Amino acid sequence: MSSFLTYLINGISLGSVYAIIALGYTMVYGIAKMLNFAHGDVIMVGGYTVFVICSTLGLPPFVGILSAVVVCTVLGVVIERVAYKPLREASSLSVLITAIGVSYFLQNAALIIFGADTKSFQNVINVPSLTLMDGQVTVSGVTMVTILSCALILIGLTTFINKTKTGQAMLAVSEDKGAATLMGINVNRTIAVTFAIGSALAAIAGVLLCSAYPVLSSTTGAMPGIKAFTAAVFGGIGSIPGALIGGIIMGVIENLSKAYISSQLSDAIVFAVLIVVLLVKPTGLMGKQIQEKV
Amino acid sequence: MKKRRVVCAAMAAVMAMSLAACGGSDTASATTAAGEASESEETAAEGSSEGVFVIGGSGPLTGGSALYGTAVKNGAQVAVDEINANGGINGYQVKWIFEDDEADGEKAVNAYNTLKDEGMQMFVGTTTSGACMSVIAETENDNMFQITPSGTTADITKPANVYRMCFSDPAQGTKSAQYIAEHGVAQKVGVIYDNSDTYSSGIYENFAKEAQAQGLEIVGAESFNSESKTDFKTQLQKLKDAGAELVFLPFYYTEASLVLKQADEMGWAPKFFGCDGMDGILDLPEFDTSLAEGLMLLTPFAADAQDELTQNFVAAYEEAYGETPIQFAADAYDCLYVIKQAVEKANITPDMDMSEICDAMKTVMPEVTLDGLTGAGISFDENGEPNKAPKAVVIENGAYKSLE
Repeated sequence: MSSFLTYLINGISLGSVYAIIALGYTMVYGIAKMLNFAHGDVIMVGGYTVFVICSTLGLPPFVGILSAVVVCTVLGVVIERVAYKPLREASSLSVLITAIGVSYFLQNAALIIFGADTKSFQNVINVPSLTLMDGQVTVSGVTMVTILSCALILIGLTTFINKTKTGQAMLAVSEDKGAATLMGINVNRTIAVTFAIGSALAAIAGVLLCSAYPVLSSTTGAMPGIKAFTAAVFGGIGSIPGALIGGIIMGVIENLSKAYISSQLSDAIVFAVLIVVLLVKPTGLMGKQIQEKV
Repeated sequence: MKKRRVVCAAMAAVMAMSLAACGGSDTASATTAAGEASESEETAAEGSSEGVFVIGGSGPLTGGSALYGTAVKNGAQVAVDEINANGGINGYQVKWIFEDDEADGEKAVNAYNTLKDEGMQMFVGTTTSGACMSVIAETENDNMFQITPSGTTADITKPANVYRMCFSDPAQGTKSAQYIAEHGVAQKVGVIYDNSDTYSSGIYENFAKEAQAQGLEIVGAESFNSESKTDFKTQLQKLKDAGAELVFLPFYYTEASLVLKQADEMGWAPKFFGCDGMDGILDLPEFDTSLAEGLMLLTPFAADAQDELTQNFVAAYEEAYGETPIQFAADAYDCLYVIKQAVEKANITPDMDMSEICDAMKTVMPEVTLDGLTGAGISFDENGEPNKAPKAVVIENGAYKSLE
């Protein structure tokens, strides 16, 4: 029983990181209708920012996290402006390839700046771990912070989208770009804001990811990025609660299948579940069926 | 006018080369000192580019295992500088060239071709196993003499032209199990291994075999893969529940650092035992080395060893590169001295082509015995595998301490 709880908590913790990353994918996809494959690498940039501020310069973690958010937000907006905006009218395939290009650009830039060796990341989240059931179950501080941040971000984002003008503009753009323009919404500005928010989330995900698994290299964000993308599809890409649920379910399935079925097959099982879900619900768990208007 | 001079020079060079080649085959049978001397004079007269041995190497200088490639590159350079300062090999200077292969098979083949274009005659590579497996087909085809300092996959030495300085994966797995059993380190053993990596799973398979033969109990064998190599909590929890006293970690130090941290977070402190891939864990920047306290690893080289050879090597390496060498550097260093000895035994000269060099090397390799950094009396069997005694170290106070 205590082992099961440990597995479950680990799964939720891993899933929460996936979920925060997936939120970035899903927002950008929902509003700009593009897959921003560079998202995972923005996470890596966030990780390196904290590394430079906290480990190299020795400033307090709070400053590091704040700078990571600022750096990633600016980076996200710049990437959008330079690489994606000129392609707004191009086919989605061109944008996808550009995104992959940006991803490689960021990875290699990090390689040049920080070198190839893996950096060990100093944990910036100093929360004591929690011991339950007479010491049989230990929940690390990072895990609790991750789960909590995930919940807060979800609440914050939902409120932002439903209650603010910018949020409403995002919804409008996601539904119909052309009509939104006619209604006086600045589509370019809205998309830029979306990228800013998505990248700020990536910074937070970077901090959490690197605190939970403290190694940092130029490819740190790549694999979690792909897993989170899968989680976003799983939950229904474009749907914010979907990203959260998709992420957590993926994390839990991955960990439980590792624990009870086979550590060799866990990824295969995760993707098998994904296939089944997509067969039954092609738009993902929470995805909306969008009617094509003739 | 200028053109003609170039043509003349080229023809002269060709003639000189053919002469030198004749001389080479003559003197090979009649190994008189005089013959050798005149031969070296001949080649020296041809021009400096012909008078050097070009030895190439490849390994990752970028990417996750960059530490290994860099160590091989630098370790060999230390050996080359020493050899050159002491008059070279058979009186010829040695040129060491190195290419980055990012530990990737495809890039390693490209790196190998680049090295050949630069005139490489013997190949010390590649550093990592996976890349090495891609290159051996090429070197076998070219009949290029190859010795890998640290490629551990068993099949690497299948082609007759390929030799190895380190222990193969099977040997590492077997030696680790023997060490654990013979020194009574633990009885109940758990294993975590990377099943997407031939190095890791190769060691695991042989470890499991030998552990059984030695009467060790393997209470659990958990795996991970290259897609999910950051979260080991589940695997650790399973081994903890199974009652493992020792966890065998046959994979690279980056992942191992995470395993150590996550075990610490769980409040679980079994013994940990690694192989050569663990080497470098103390050099991981910002890694809390107190987590690695008591970690044991099978490695042929400890920089704290007191013998003169090690001390000199460590001093030279530290002076040149500002860091303590790891075993990969020592393996590469020994490779260069094996080449030196074999080349001298076979009277190889730089003007021979790579295939001739390789054939000559193959005939003398079984006779080589080297007292190197990674073992005394290193010799090679008919499969190109090294014979030397295994060594283990334990990490104490943040440094390697040699075990017997």
